[in-house]
Amino acid sequence: MSEELFPEPEWLSEEVKTGTTIIAVTFDGGVVLGSDSRVSAGESVVNRVMNKLSPLHDKIYCALSGSAADAQTIAEMVNYQLDVHSIEVEADPLVCSAATLVKNISYKYKEELSAHLIVAGWDKKKGGQVYATLSGLLTRQPFAIGGSGSFYINGFVDAEFRKNMTKRECQEFVVNALTLAMGRDGSSGGVAYVVTIDKDGAEEKCILGNELPKFFDE
Amino acid sequence: MASVSVCQYHSGGFSFENCKRNALLEADINKLGFSSPAARKTGTTICGVVYKDGVVLGADTRATEGMVVADKNCSKIHYISPNIYCCGAGTAADTEMTTQIISSNLELHSLSTGRLPRVTTANRMLKQMLFRYQGYIGAALVLGGVDCNGPHLYSIYPHGSTDKLPYVTMGSGSLAAMAVFEDRYRPNMEEEEAKRLVRDAIAAGIFNDLGSGSNIDLCVITKGNVDYLRPHDMANKKGVRTGSYRYKHGTTGVLTKAVTPLNLEVVEESVQTMDTS
Repeated sequence: MSEELFPEPEWLSEEVKTGTTIIAVTFDGGVVLGSDSRVSAGESVVNRVMNKLSPLHDKIYCALSGSAADAQTIAEMVNYQLDVHSIEVEADPLVCSAATLVKNISYKYKEELSAHLIVAGWDKKKGGQVYATLSGLLTRQPFAIGGSGSFYINGFVDAEFRKNMTKRECQEFVVNALTLAMGRDGSSGGVAYVVTIDKDGAEEKCILGNELPKFFDE
Repeated sequence: MASVSVCQYHSGGFSFENCKRNALLEADINKLGFSSPAARKTGTTICGVVYKDGVVLGADTRATEGMVVADKNCSKIHYISPNIYCCGAGTAADTEMTTQIISSNLELHSLSTGRLPRVTTANRMLKQMLFRYQGYIGAALVLGGVDCNGPHLYSIYPHGSTDKLPYVTMGSGSLAAMAVFEDRYRPNMEEEEAKRLVRDAIAAGIFNDLGSGSNIDLCVITKGNVDYLRPHDMANKKGVRTGSYRYKHGTTGVLTKAVTPLNLEVVEESVQTMDTS
């Protein structure tokens, strides 16, 4: 059966995407997550201060990238499922459980969804962990980067990452990586949000544009 | 004995069977020089701002059908609940129906909880419905209201993503309105300043965007009170004609007159009684 080729009708309006830079890194005793804050629809920025680090539980966060609607919906669904799960087991959920819930949704609807979430957090069993869930695979990594801006900093993170950094060094590493990516990627920008999670809880910080470190920019 | 019946199981949602046929028809119509009718959109400027005591929502009043203005004074600020209102941009029917559906569901929910509904509840309901329809419902909304947790303002996109911000703009005139906001917004404004800011933002959209026009509607929501100002500002009043353009009989002289009688014969006569009781 031959398929007639008709041009697609133009009623598909532009979707809101978080052309993004997101990064999550483990350090000795926890994880640090970072993201930019730009949300674009076509060539227009619709939100310049969006916090893409979404809490799934007290000590588990996820970083959103890709289609804003898909990513927000996945994060909210997993937030609800984790709440129920943690009540059922009467304990704080494992980061692995959260990542598995995200992976299940991403894999089951992989044809329909276009969002990539990085899940990171701290639990008693394995300490700080970072999981990447791209396209429905689940892999634990020492660090993970995602979004359109991540392509520009692959070399940087590969060269600069060291195992067992201190909390301070790790936060600096994340902020440097975000700054470099925002400097080169048109779809990333705004302010930098950084979340540090360790055994004592999660600490959110917002670094304004003019407070970011300065790199070669002539 | 198993029999194979060709029974199409009708799954819910939209049916796209006629899309190919429509594309064929459109191609044929274009060949003849006509264009197919366009859905009525509210190419629009809508915006909202959070100020000291509550939320101010603003909208223009033009509804377009392609390049023609279909309605010069349509109402784009829709009622959701006594303390929550919603401006709508995009396809007019979609915004109207979506806000009515959520308003109805929210009233039932509020009766069930026994409390005044929260803005975040309306936001969740709207975003979950729009996500379910994957962007095919072309409704871009600015949702604002005051509840037990204070004033809140959300922008909701047709695909189902939402942003919670102190000031938002949507629609074709959103860039013009956002320029005004980015210049003059301050946190914790007074009511008069906030109303002036929203009025100026919508005016920027009306005068710089072809899809927006006519008047400016405002809706000021505070704790326990809503001021629905329609119209707040008639920015485009129709001008008054300076002279009469009627001419007396005999102004134009008649040079020749030719009368051609049309001989029509009655073929069929039928009487239809109209019940005017």
